[in-house]
Amino acid sequence: MSMTFIQTFLPLALTISAPIILASMGGLISEKSGIVNIGLEGLMGFGAFTAATTHVLLESSLGNELSITIALILAMIVATILSIIHAFATITFKSNQIISGTGINLLAAGLTVFFAQLIFNQEHTKPFQIGMKGYTMFHIYPSALIALIVILLTWYILNKRVFGLRLKACGESPQAASGAGIPVSKMQYIGVLLGGSLAGLAGASMVLTQSIQYSGNFINGTGFIALAAINFGRWRVGGVTMASLLFGSAMTIAHMIGSSSATYIPREFFLALPYIITVLSLVFFDYIKMRRIGSI
Amino acid sequence: MANDHVSWRIKKGEVHALLGENGAGKSTITSILFGLLQADSGEILVDGKSVLIHNPNDANALGIGMVHQHFKLVPSYTVTENIILGLEPKTAWGHINYQRARSKIQEISHQFGLAVDPDARIANINVGMQQRVEILKTLYRDARIIVLDEPTAVLTPQEIDDLMQIILRLKAQGRTIIFISHKLKEIKTCADQVTVLRRGKIVGSADVSDCTEAQLAEMMVGHAVEFVTQKDAPTIGNVVLRLENISVKSMRGSIAVKDLSLSVHAGEVLGIAGVDGNGQSELALALSGVVKPVKGKIYLDEVDVTSFGVRKRVEMGLGLTPEDRETQAVISNFNLAENYVLKTFYRNPYSSVLGFLNKKKISDDAQVQLENFDVRSANGWRSSISELSGGNRQKVVVAREMTIASKLLVVCQPTRGLDVGSIEYIHRQIIAQRNAGKAVLLISFELDEILNLCDRIATISHGSIVGIIDAKDATRQQVGQMMTASHKETVVG
Repeated sequence: MSMTFIQTFLPLALTISAPIILASMGGLISEKSGIVNIGLEGLMGFGAFTAATTHVLLESSLGNELSITIALILAMIVATILSIIHAFATITFKSNQIISGTGINLLAAGLTVFFAQLIFNQEHTKPFQIGMKGYTMFHIYPSALIALIVILLTWYILNKRVFGLRLKACGESPQAASGAGIPVSKMQYIGVLLGGSLAGLAGASMVLTQSIQYSGNFINGTGFIALAAINFGRWRVGGVTMASLLFGSAMTIAHMIGSSSATYIPREFFLALPYIITVLSLVFFDYIKMRRIGSI
Repeated sequence: MANDHVSWRIKKGEVHALLGENGAGKSTITSILFGLLQADSGEILVDGKSVLIHNPNDANALGIGMVHQHFKLVPSYTVTENIILGLEPKTAWGHINYQRARSKIQEISHQFGLAVDPDARIANINVGMQQRVEILKTLYRDARIIVLDEPTAVLTPQEIDDLMQIILRLKAQGRTIIFISHKLKEIKTCADQVTVLRRGKIVGSADVSDCTEAQLAEMMVGHAVEFVTQKDAPTIGNVVLRLENISVKSMRGSIAVKDLSLSVHAGEVLGIAGVDGNGQSELALALSGVVKPVKGKIYLDEVDVTSFGVRKRVEMGLGLTPEDRETQAVISNFNLAENYVLKTFYRNPYSSVLGFLNKKKISDDAQVQLENFDVRSANGWRSSISELSGGNRQKVVVAREMTIASKLLVVCQPTRGLDVGSIEYIHRQIIAQRNAGKAVLLISFELDEILNLCDRIATISHGSIVGIIDAKDATRQQVGQMMTASHKETVVG
């Protein structure tokens, strides 16, 4: 492995993977509680918009580090508040999880641009000077470190704490959980809101590392890639992490090919790779299952 | 109103049976006890003190534990995790203390003789084991009053015997048991006191040793019940169903039915007796055409139907009532007429050439058959099948399949979970089919049902027929021994 590879590919892959990991951990926690949140994409959009706007407004007065910290926290808060809509619709009113999640995605596309118009008089936020700063000689962004901490925390909470045991019980067998005296709705609210906050953090770290401003189509399917990673990772923290890294790497390759000229494989192939892998893996896992039953 | 001014007292340390038909209001009473429902009027007293039970936690705090008919377990969790869920022991760090959990569970299971593997996953253990886990859950929460709701509905005969032992041990350790059932034999075996509920009202309470089964049945149903179905000697005809060395794979991929051969004649009821899980479910699926056997041939009226799908077999005159009514036989939000034509809607006279349904013909035919089979529903054929009691749902399925079955009727667990009145009715219908010259194959875990209805009895073990005997000479013990006998020990007939 050449030095240039480590110097260019690795930092970029970590930068691109970090938001996928954060969003997929959020989606995983939500799904473990029994509520699928396909609104991850939209919640990331809200997070990214909030972070970009906050940073633009505070950067010069508070300095880079403090401004970015506040931007990340505000992004999490805003995304958490918006995920209440999803929780309210799907838990309190038992409405369809897909419809509600799609609603959040559509809402994000409209509302972020609307607020950009109100605040900046244009369809996207004003550009900020400097986003997150990379550290060490390889320019590793803090978002990668945050993602690592979130992975470890998610694993620890889901597998070692009483909270995790109860949360997963609510998702897998709500009757068993409520029979054991666990307040199922409350646990699911917590699951959805935690998931929402992580999606907000994902969007924020994405905009602060990969762009200088937020525009309406900035998230560009990353939330859906996170959903695919949860599925491909078979709903386990380790598996979802590996899937996120794989999908992040595919996008990194697409990005690198896009900036060089002569290639054999078009960059669109790598952009499509996460989805191709997910569909193939679904077919594969179901094929194995059917083979075992003997239906094929 | 499901319960009407019910007053009921239970003594400490007794096994008290609550007897009643489906829909008599047994479940309503227990739901009130466990805090899942609230009484409109009246009060509950525990140890002489008036208490309020708003939710399961209140019930637990009062020492009331409940084992529901449909278990409330998390399939992917271990036995230990399921038992401690909601009341987990913690370490100083706030982690789940599995060591302490395991030792406490082992201590309880020792004390009450409830052997379980604390590390096994629920999805991998059988129903009887799962029930033990449910009982352990109540004991782990230190329940002094344990409510068992229809605990034997899902168990095999052996498991039922084990459960009876467990109940007696719990009683010996000073626990009070409320045993809800409509099975008289079990109440006679293990209960001290019985209270009978009919249409939401208590019709009587008695010492179990003072009553016969017939008296209990009469109290429950309101009229005398015949336990033995009247039937004449069979008029045996040609072979209708012939199975030739068939092998069928199970859902888990192992061979569940192995080299099974069998013939059923017109005009006879052939029963397949066996313990649950010996290939009966797979055999039924292979007969219906849902699953193809991996080996062997199935002949219907000497036509090789092995490769035929479900619809083609239906058209040849095969009716089959599956063992799991809810998932395999009915569509719960369809109405009775729609469920009635589920297998025949596509053809004349229910459907025109252009594919339009003849709704009038469908509802007329359905209504006639529903009345013939004594299906009780609020709105006739318009009722959704989910509004019906289990017994009435089964009657709808039986009506449909008996209409389809011009040659062969396969009935799997036809009376599972049904009350005495419905059982009696369905048994009479099965005999009527046999008398009409059809071949009937009965697959059942209930030995009494097999002995009552069959002309010949085949026993199945590990997916193969162990032996076939004439029902006239069969005794309970003999068939029971054959069921548990090792593979191909005795082959008779």
